[in-house]
Amino acid sequence: MVPLSHYLILGAILFALSVVGIFLNRKNLVVLLMAIELMLLAVNMNFVAFAHFLGDLGGQVFVFFILTVAAAESAIGLAILVVVFRNRRSINVEDLDSLKG
Amino acid sequence: MDFKQLAFYFFAAVLVFAASMVITVRNPVRAALFLVLAFFSAAAVWMQLHAEFLSITLVLVYVGAVMVLFLFVVMMLDINLVRLREGFGEYLPIGGLVAVLLVLEMAIVLGSGPFGIEQMPEPAPLPADYSNTRALGRVLYTQYLYPFEIAALILLVAIVAAIALTMRRRKDSKYQNPGKQIQVQRGDRVRLVKMRAEKKS
Repeated sequence: MVPLSHYLILGAILFALSVVGIFLNRKNLVVLLMAIELMLLAVNMNFVAFAHFLGDLGGQVFVFFILTVAAAESAIGLAILVVVFRNRRSINVEDLDSLKG
Repeated sequence: MDFKQLAFYFFAAVLVFAASMVITVRNPVRAALFLVLAFFSAAAVWMQLHAEFLSITLVLVYVGAVMVLFLFVVMMLDINLVRLREGFGEYLPIGGLVAVLLVLEMAIVLGSGPFGIEQMPEPAPLPADYSNTRALGRVLYTQYLYPFEIAALILLVAIVAAIALTMRRRKDSKYQNPGKQIQVQRGDRVRLVKMRAEKKS
């Protein structure tokens, strides 16, 4: 049997990988959004594992809501990305400095 | 090592591999495809945790909708990859150090503590006629009805926001204005011309 700790460590590895992704790809907005999706996946993994091992369905319901909000977030994020690209012809984070004083 | 363990470690390895490819590959299209692989193997892992509804939802909603949206946007934008890759490895040492420390700390805390197989044994197998979807639906429509409605509202707001953000009116495109259509008077459209009656020959 696979113990609960292995699921939790898998979630921790995924979370750490997505943090590194944000460090590495800090200029590319698309990959930043993908790293956030990975991070949410890591959190969901923990929720599902605890829901299974504790026999509580509440964790799965919470994952359901996280999936909903994440889908809404990525839709709005990509819409903002398209508008930013249309206005500035670039998705480089370094070009988005027009508010700089 | 029985089949369940083997399957878990296989899918976990694929998941970690795909996640590390997502953050390191050069091309965002490939990153999106590796993210699809990551979601798929995560769905397989969830299937082993008896979360069948959520794993199918993950495949349908994420792989089917969100990742297609990502791919669509990535392919639509004309991205200058060279500029985006500038300074890629600049923060690799510190980022890698942070990540390794993060994983080590969490492994120390989670691996030995109260989450082992003795303290948290595998729950008793569910009866054969147990349906995860039915159980989830039952709590979702009774106990969590109010959050469920709020989730629907959030999706509606997301639709409206995404359309409102990206819609633009072109100057040369033709569209109707219903207000003006209703307010139109007879005099605006019909012009009566006085002329003499013609004789039939």
